[in-house]
Amino acid sequence: MDQVLFNLSLLGEYPIVNLKIVIDGIMIGALFALAAYGLALVWGVMNVKNLAQGDFVIAGGYVSWWLAKYGVHPLLGVPAAFVVMWGIGWVAYKLVISRVVEKDLFTSLLATFGLAIMMAQILNLLFGSDTQSIKLDYDTLYFFDGFIDVPIAKLLGVLLAATLAACVIIFMKSSRMGQAIRATAQDARAARVLGIDTEKVYAFTFSLNSAICGAAGAIVVMVWVIQPFYGITHSIRAFVIVTAAGLGNLPGVIAAGLGIGALEQYGSHIFGIGYQQAIAVMLLLAVLIFRLIQQRRVRKSLQ
Amino acid sequence: MKKSRLLGFLLGSICLLFGQGSFAMDCDEIVLGAAISLTGKYATNGVHAQNGYEFAIRKIAEHGGIKIGEKCYNFRVIYYDDESKGDRGATLAERLINQDGVQYMLGPYSSGLTKAIAPVTEKYQIPMVEAEGASRSLFTQGYRYLFAVLSTSEQYLASAITLAAEKAEETGKSPSDVRVAIAVENDPFSLDIRAGVLEDAAKYGMQVVVDEKLPRDLSDMSAILTKVKLVKPDVLVVSGHSKGAATAVRQIEEQNIKAPMIAITHCEAADVVGNFGEAANDILCSTQWAETLSYSDPIFGTAAEYEQEFKAAYSEYAKKTVPYQTAQASAAVYVFKDAFERAGSLDKEAVRDAIAETDLSTFYGQIRFSDAGNNIAKPMVLRQIQDGKYNVVAPSEFASHELNWPRG
Repeated sequence: MDQVLFNLSLLGEYPIVNLKIVIDGIMIGALFALAAYGLALVWGVMNVKNLAQGDFVIAGGYVSWWLAKYGVHPLLGVPAAFVVMWGIGWVAYKLVISRVVEKDLFTSLLATFGLAIMMAQILNLLFGSDTQSIKLDYDTLYFFDGFIDVPIAKLLGVLLAATLAACVIIFMKSSRMGQAIRATAQDARAARVLGIDTEKVYAFTFSLNSAICGAAGAIVVMVWVIQPFYGITHSIRAFVIVTAAGLGNLPGVIAAGLGIGALEQYGSHIFGIGYQQAIAVMLLLAVLIFRLIQQRRVRKSLQ
Repeated sequence: MKKSRLLGFLLGSICLLFGQGSFAMDCDEIVLGAAISLTGKYATNGVHAQNGYEFAIRKIAEHGGIKIGEKCYNFRVIYYDDESKGDRGATLAERLINQDGVQYMLGPYSSGLTKAIAPVTEKYQIPMVEAEGASRSLFTQGYRYLFAVLSTSEQYLASAITLAAEKAEETGKSPSDVRVAIAVENDPFSLDIRAGVLEDAAKYGMQVVVDEKLPRDLSDMSAILTKVKLVKPDVLVVSGHSKGAATAVRQIEEQNIKAPMIAITHCEAADVVGNFGEAANDILCSTQWAETLSYSDPIFGTAAEYEQEFKAAYSEYAKKTVPYQTAQASAAVYVFKDAFERAGSLDKEAVRDAIAETDLSTFYGQIRFSDAGNNIAKPMVLRQIQDGKYNVVAPSEFASHELNWPRG
C-alpha cells in the first residue's frame, strides 16, 4: 500500500510523467494492435480463432532480422516480411486452415494451436533459441528536460504500423476484394450465391492476416526482442484486444489496442509492473461485463 | 607379411570405428544418463551443456580414463531430449533408470528441469551431479543424491551490492546511503537473485527504493525505467533471462538512465554487446566462470587452455566466447571421475559418499559440496563490459581490470 501511495505521489510531484506514460502506452499499444487487427479480420471473415497469430509475428521478425544480417536495411525488412509472410500464410491456409474454416470452434483452435507449436519449433531449429533484435542507429528525442524520451526507432515503428493499418482499412473499404471479404464476412452462403469465390476470399484473408503479422514482427524486432517461443505474448494480447473491441469493429480494434496500452502503463506505474497482465485482463472483464449489461437492456426493450 | 598387413588393416579399421576411444581400447565403460533440452526453449543452452559433457569425456579418455583398482574405464552418456519440459524430463529420468539401467546421472539444463528430475533420482537413490540448476530451492529439500558444481543463484548479483558499498566508502559516504533499485522476473531463479540482493542490502543498511517483479511475458520495461529515472537509485539490478537482459540494455539507453552502477544477468546469452554495442558499456554482468580466471587442473589445464581446446574441438564456438554453461558441464563430469577413483568401486552408494567428500581444484574453480549438495567453494564473478569486452572486476582477488564507476 505504501508503495502505491509513493508511486501516486511521484505522479503528483512530476506531472509531466503522466504525459510520458500515455505516450509510452500508446506506442506499445500500437505495436500490439496490428496483430490484433489481423486476428479480427480472420475471426470475423472465416470464424477461425488463430492461436498461431503471435508465431506469425515472430516469423516476420525473423525474416527482417535474417535480411538485416545480409545488409538489408531494417526498414526495408518490413515490406519484405509482409511479402514473405503472405506466402507462408497462403501455404498454411492451403495445408491446414482450409480444412477447418467451416468446422466448429474446437477444431480450429486445435489446428491453429498445432500450427503455433510447429512454427515455434521450426523457427527454433532454423535460427536457434537465442533472443535477437535489430538495433537501428537512430537517436532518441528528448523533451521536457529529458523526462519524455521518444526513441526515433520506436516512433518510426509506430508510424509504419499506422500507415499499414490505414492502407488495410482503405483497401477493405474501396477495393473489389475488400468488398468481397466484407460480403463473405456478413454471409458466406449469400456471397457464394452472388458469385463470390469464397474459397479465394478465405485464402486471401488469411494470407493478408499473415502478412500484417509479418510486418508487425519486422517492426517488433526493431523495437523489442524476438525469440522463437515469444509468440504467445502477442497471441494473448491480440485476443484480449479483439475481445475488448468486439467482433466486426476493425477501427475499434485499433482504439482498444491503444487504450489498453496506455491504461496498462498507468496501472503498472501505480501498482507495479508485475500486475501489468492482471490489469489488462481486468480491463477485458470490465468491458465484457459492461457489454453484457448493455445487451440485456437491448433485449428487454425487444420483448 | 601379407597376413600382418591384413591384421594391421583390420586393427586400423577397428580403431577408426571406435574413433577417439581407440587409444584406450582396453578400458571398460561406465554409463551415465542425461535428459537434456535439445529442442524447445532451452535448446541453445542444452546443447552447450551437452557439448561440455562430451568434451570432458573425451579429455578424460585422452588422459587414460578413470582408474578403479587395476582396471580403467571411460564414460559414455545416454542422452534423451526432454524438449525443455519438466514432466518429460521426469519421465525420461525414470526410463533411464528403469529401462536403460543407468546408475549415475548428469543434470539437465535449468533449475526447473533439475527440480523435476531430482525427486526421481532421489527415489531410486541414483547420484546426480548437475551443472545447470542454480536455484537455491533445489538445496532446501534435503536431497541426498543431488550435487551441483555451480554457485547458487542468490549469489549472482549480491557482489554488486558489496561493490557499491566499497565505492560509497571510497567517496566518503556511508554504505547505508546507497539506494538500490531491483527489477527481477517473477520466477524461482530470479527471485533467488532478488533474495540475495535484499539480504546483502539489509546487511549494509541500504535503502531499497524500487522493488518490482517483471511479468514473464514482458516486452517493454519503460514503465519501470521511468520510475528509476524519477527516484535516481545508486544501483540498478535487473534479472530476467535473455529477454530481460536485452530489453533492459536497449531501453536503459533509450530512456537515458544514469544510474552509477547497473548489474544484470544473462549478458552473454542475450549477446548484449553484439546486439547493442556501446549501449552495453560499463554494465556489470554476473557469471559462473570466465576464461581469464587463474584456475587450473591436470586434465583440462587452465581456464584459458580449456577455452582454446574446446574451440578447437567445436568449430561452431570459434567466433564467440565459450559459455560458462559448457565449462560447468565439463566440471560435473570431472567430479564423477574424481569420485569414482576415490570410491575405488562402482557401487553407487560408495560413489555417492565419495562425491559428498569432493574437494577438487578444477579449471572451473574449487569444488566442495555442502551437506545440501551445492558447491560452497567457488565464488560468483562480476564482469564489466568495457569497450565491448567482458573484464573481470569483482571479487577483487580475481579482478583483472579496474571498475569504471560511476557509469555514463
